[in-house]
Amino acid sequence: MTTNTSSSVLAMRDTGPSPEAQISRDIVKRGVMVAPLFVAVSWLAWGTNGAVSSAYGLLLVLCNFMLAAGIIALAARVSYAVMLGSMLFGYLVRLAIVAFAIFVVRDAAWVDLIALGMTVVVSHIGLLFWEMRYVSASLAFPGVRPVPLTTKEHQ
Amino acid sequence: MEALATIARIAAEAGADPAAEKATAAAATAGYAYGLATLGPGIALGMIFGKAIESMARQPESAGMVRTTMFLGAAFTEALALIGFVAFILLKFA
Repeated sequence: MTTNTSSSVLAMRDTGPSPEAQISRDIVKRGVMVAPLFVAVSWLAWGTNGAVSSAYGLLLVLCNFMLAAGIIALAARVSYAVMLGSMLFGYLVRLAIVAFAIFVVRDAAWVDLIALGMTVVVSHIGLLFWEMRYVSASLAFPGVRPVPLTTKEHQ
Repeated sequence: MEALATIARIAAEAGADPAAEKATAAAATAGYAYGLATLGPGIALGMIFGKAIESMARQPESAGMVRTTMFLGAAFTEALALIGFVAFILLKFA
């Protein structure tokens, strides 16, 4: 005999603190920390246009993370079913927003497409790896720096 | 097939200049590249969210951990789509 749990799953929701919001806050914090580095490298490689494009690309990536986390956090308070739907639909919407944001400025005088594209890809993956390092160290509390063991604890 | 024939015709019209021919072919195929690049992440995101919700339904007490790994996994998967989009932009406009 099987039990139909689909209705209860659809009705389930999570009213607790949202880990996605914490992760995205960490990512934004680190993104702001490394922003001067991205801008400086792009300025060295592509000049002033590259630096401005790099800053714009980094802004896009950070907004994308914040939007994704906000959508999950809000939808999870309604129900898991809404969270599933909003994340899949939100993926399309966020891709469209990023595409629109790049298409709008692609012919602008201050845009260097190579710098913009490289910044979007490198910052997205780099910030995720940086965050993953902390999450994997403390899965339940992302963003908390792991405390090194003392010599006594080792023994 | 018709699209491939169009690409071949455009490439043939580009003349003997190999660089122009290459640039024309790259621009013509950029859309296909982006379309293919979004297929994989789309399927993967469906699996990630589906399995995560299944896990949370089975063990609600581990929802925080599941959502953390789900968010990171989804973000990594989205990176593939972003790479495809950047490749499209660079092939088409750069």
